[in-house]
Amino acid sequence: MTAEQNPPRLEVHGLTKTFGPVIANTDVSFNVARGEILCLLGENGAGKSTLSSCLYGFYRPDKGQILCDGMPVSFNSPRDAIARGIGMVHQHFVLVPSMTVVENIILGTHDHGWALNLEKKARKISDLCARYDISLDLNAKIWQLSVGEQQWVEIIKVLFLDAEVLILDEPTAVLTPHESKKLFAILQKMTADNLSIILISHKLEEVLQSDKIVVLRKGRIVGNVRTVDTTRSDLTSMMVGRPVMLRAERTDITPGAPVLQVSNLTVLNDKGQTAVNTMTFTVHEHEILGIAGVSGNGQTELFEALIGVRDSQTGHIQLSGKDLTHHSPMDAITNGIGYIPDDRFRAGLVGPFSVEDNTILGIQKRAEFADGPILNRRRIRNFARDAIDRFGIVTPGPQTRTDTLSGGNAQKVILAREFWSATKCILANQPTRGLDVGIIEYVHQILLEKRHKGFAIVLASEELEDILALSDRIAVVSKGQIMGVFHADEANIDQLGLLMAGQALENAA
Amino acid sequence: MSELFTQAILIAMFAATVRIAAPLLLVSIGELVVQRAGIWFLGVEGSMLMAAFAAYFISVASDSLSIGLFAGIGMGITVHLSMAVATVTLKINQFITGLGINLLASGLTLLLYRESLKRFNGEVPTVIPFETVALPGISQIPILGEIFFDQHIFTYLAFAMVGVVWAFLYRTRYGLEIRALGENPKALDIKGLSVSGRQYAALAFGGTMAGLAGAVLVLALTDRFVPNMTNGRGWLAIVIIIAGNWKPLPILVAVLVFAFLEAFQLQAQGIGLDIPYQLLLALPYIGAIVAMIGLQLRSEQPAHLGVPYHRE
Repeated sequence: MTAEQNPPRLEVHGLTKTFGPVIANTDVSFNVARGEILCLLGENGAGKSTLSSCLYGFYRPDKGQILCDGMPVSFNSPRDAIARGIGMVHQHFVLVPSMTVVENIILGTHDHGWALNLEKKARKISDLCARYDISLDLNAKIWQLSVGEQQWVEIIKVLFLDAEVLILDEPTAVLTPHESKKLFAILQKMTADNLSIILISHKLEEVLQSDKIVVLRKGRIVGNVRTVDTTRSDLTSMMVGRPVMLRAERTDITPGAPVLQVSNLTVLNDKGQTAVNTMTFTVHEHEILGIAGVSGNGQTELFEALIGVRDSQTGHIQLSGKDLTHHSPMDAITNGIGYIPDDRFRAGLVGPFSVEDNTILGIQKRAEFADGPILNRRRIRNFARDAIDRFGIVTPGPQTRTDTLSGGNAQKVILAREFWSATKCILANQPTRGLDVGIIEYVHQILLEKRHKGFAIVLASEELEDILALSDRIAVVSKGQIMGVFHADEANIDQLGLLMAGQALENAA
Repeated sequence: MSELFTQAILIAMFAATVRIAAPLLLVSIGELVVQRAGIWFLGVEGSMLMAAFAAYFISVASDSLSIGLFAGIGMGITVHLSMAVATVTLKINQFITGLGINLLASGLTLLLYRESLKRFNGEVPTVIPFETVALPGISQIPILGEIFFDQHIFTYLAFAMVGVVWAFLYRTRYGLEIRALGENPKALDIKGLSVSGRQYAALAFGGTMAGLAGAVLVLALTDRFVPNMTNGRGWLAIVIIIAGNWKPLPILVAVLVFAFLEAFQLQAQGIGLDIPYQLLLALPYIGAIVAMIGLQLRSEQPAHLGVPYHRE
């Protein structure tokens, strides 16, 4: 028999899933054959996660059919899906950090009897690791592993259950470029073994490595194409519903006087370890300094030290020649520094507060918003209304709870506040993390606008594409150290990737 | 004091330590499994107290120690499972539910005790408690035999349970699953295994142990129920688990330390040491406070302890 005559390994017909009045998926149909990589592409809220949860038996679809090898199946729980050879690698690791690799992999696998049979199972795990060229210390505890190694554990966990269809939800979100490459090499080996892959992603360069692409928007399929027949811009406009500028226009401006000068800065993390190690850099007017690095390499501590919520051990911070070392966040704000934190709901907003209260957090003492100790509600509301208009924040009104807003709209609340109070410098740590393409485009534009107006901007991102598109200069950080600084036109992605992985340049060559 | 007399006192004190340790060990080991499954059950004190009353009342009413014993265990399971319904199924706050169970148990047992006295015409009936079982042979070993091997059957069981629970938690797949519940319940859920079913089972085991501990207080260590007779043992069990860093063997050590303080306090009162008795009575609790201040080590505390599990 030829491949065409075989029924697809997994097939979905007219799947519809609603949660009360909210429609997550409408009439979704697609199939994936053995040895094929299918990509589900879509913005946040497009229904990718609900769809994969239906395929994995976490949710039951309201309508429609799932077929395995041409046979209709019905999943009451992930157990049924596992029994049909479907496995899922979740976007956020579902591991037990205090347990070993082996324990995590065998957890909940149902052999008969009470015994753990650790040795026998460890042998099967070693075989799987060898087959896919993954090296793991099976007796290490999960917390001792790097983020990349944890991802391999998640994959082995699914393979250990003899999965033939692997659903991977944003698997590269936490990986370095090098690890992502390795992941795709592993996926290629799997397809060579006739396994089927369903890859959920919004990164175009990954999507293009699949065999076919299903684009979802607002729960519906808006495109179902073979990868060879499509282009990046086609995919983006399908996903967003309008043409999107993939690369922000950056005009050439000569940087002006130094604004933010950091010398020999050393900062500790919460555990008392050195997170930022003697960093020195300067950011000028009309300049964006990109900080490239895998998150967790000191970026957050650096930003917290610059804004003043974390004290520094050594070194100096100067703003336009004025010494700010050991300053408080209030000093930073009054001196014209704006801060966009990486975790917007933890450090940038108070979720249960209204949008209007969040637009003045930290600047509430100013005469614009308060008469002495009394807040002036009318002026605050007008300010918030104005912010909602100017930034296009989608919210029922200024008094809506901020945690009911989508990630992109919540981020706009922060942008509105920080861009109002900042006069010289903007610190942006992962400002587009988890946001949709349309909003990312907006954030990029607005950062470039500020650069044009003369702001000095420090921008950290895990997405090298963003860094390359926006920055005038790029500093690569690894383990709290600056590994190298490049002018944007001299930098290339491979070189940056190696430095991000902590390799010094001479080793890389 | 003669040397022989001192030795007799010491032997009596250590034997008392082992005897007193039994209910504390049972309830602590039960609570350990409950906490490993991710549930911070503060109501053990109440569960034990209800069990003690049930064991007392039923054994008096039925004139049978073993029926009373099973009634105690049944009551422990019932109270623990009420915690399961409230916090696992209905997802009510674990701390508030636990505290509520304690308040309810304290008031309810007092009320029922008074009512039962009316039924017994105002007299306080007593039970003829379980006798100690001297293990043949090894109970004859000098000193050690007297301390360890002439104890109630429940005492042997309590010490054996430390090994059993250790082997269960670290050497069986169900134990692995229980430990995973306390750390990251989603890891089980994504394999299609019931989180709530396992938490119910853990609480049922904890109820068995707390019920047994309550029954032992009435049917083996004394001969009657006294209002609030658990006297903070359930709370002490929680301190013991923290002091023992959620591990069976260190928990055994912590139990023995607290039991020794209690035994010392009893002996010191008996031989008339010149220390105010209020201070002696407070010894185990002072010990608990010192332990809480001194022991900052919580490395094994389950990461998901006290957090109800929701699917997304």
